Amino acid sequence: MIYFNAFIFCAVVCLIGQIILDHTSLTAGHVTTIFVVTGAFLDIFSIYDKFVLYAGGGACVPITSFGHSLIHGAIESAKNNGFIGLLMGMFDLTASGITAAIVFSFILSFIFKPKD
Amino acid sequence: MYKSLVNKHKPKEDYLKNEVIAFIVGGLMGIIAQALIDIYSYILNIPSKDASTFMIVTLIFIGCLLTCLGFFDNIVKKCGAGLIVPITGFAHSMMSAALDFRKEGMINGIGANMFKLAGSVIVFGVVSAYIFGLIRYLFFGGAI
Repeated sequence: MIYFNAFIFCAVVCLIGQIILDHTSLTAGHVTTIFVVTGAFLDIFSIYDKFVLYAGGGACVPITSFGHSLIHGAIESAKNNGFIGLLMGMFDLTASGITAAIVFSFILSFIFKPKD
Repeated sequence: MYKSLVNKHKPKEDYLKNEVIAFIVGGLMGIIAQALIDIYSYILNIPSKDASTFMIVTLIFIGCLLTCLGFFDNIVKKCGAGLIVPITGFAHSMMSAALDFRKEGMINGIGANMFKLAGSVIVFGVVSAYIFGLIRYLFFGGAI
């Protein structure tokens, strides 16, 4: 059942993105930025946590979960350290993804030549 | 006058077909993600929260590798948002920036331009997460 939920959630998010791309003059960069801000916004009232419980991996893979992870780490750290924790914990949960992207693309850009 | 001329000669895109493809590809990405989480948590015997980290790293690696091999740009043209919105789009934007500016050298090329496309996601994500996190911390104490 969770596979069905994952399919539906991720598909609906991508469908919204495609509709924005097709019917407005916004580019792919605008769409991903809008989705990150939306993911952070939905976490004010912990709405996105319910999506993660409901859809599992389907809610973890769209870029909205990047905003969700940012605010989640910040809040988690703010509980322990007070205000300064918001700054300390911002990248706690997303550090793995950002580091992996930097390291892989740096190493692979030496191995491969650009194709065009 | 000019606008009607432009509209007349603009190539007609099949919006419905684009949207159906994005819907299906996005859904398949969700299924792959959930399957990877289940596989990792079964093989490595870890909770699914940790397995989702492994899943994201795996998808980023696949996205980077396919971009290097030159497949990804062709697939993105067909699938549209189905591959841009998932985390593979983030990996693709960083990898293609690194490849494009590789000839300008290691420091001024790769180092300075890697975040050229992906930077906006991180900047807006961090600023909005800070503001919304402040709101949530002040009004709810992070309780919910």
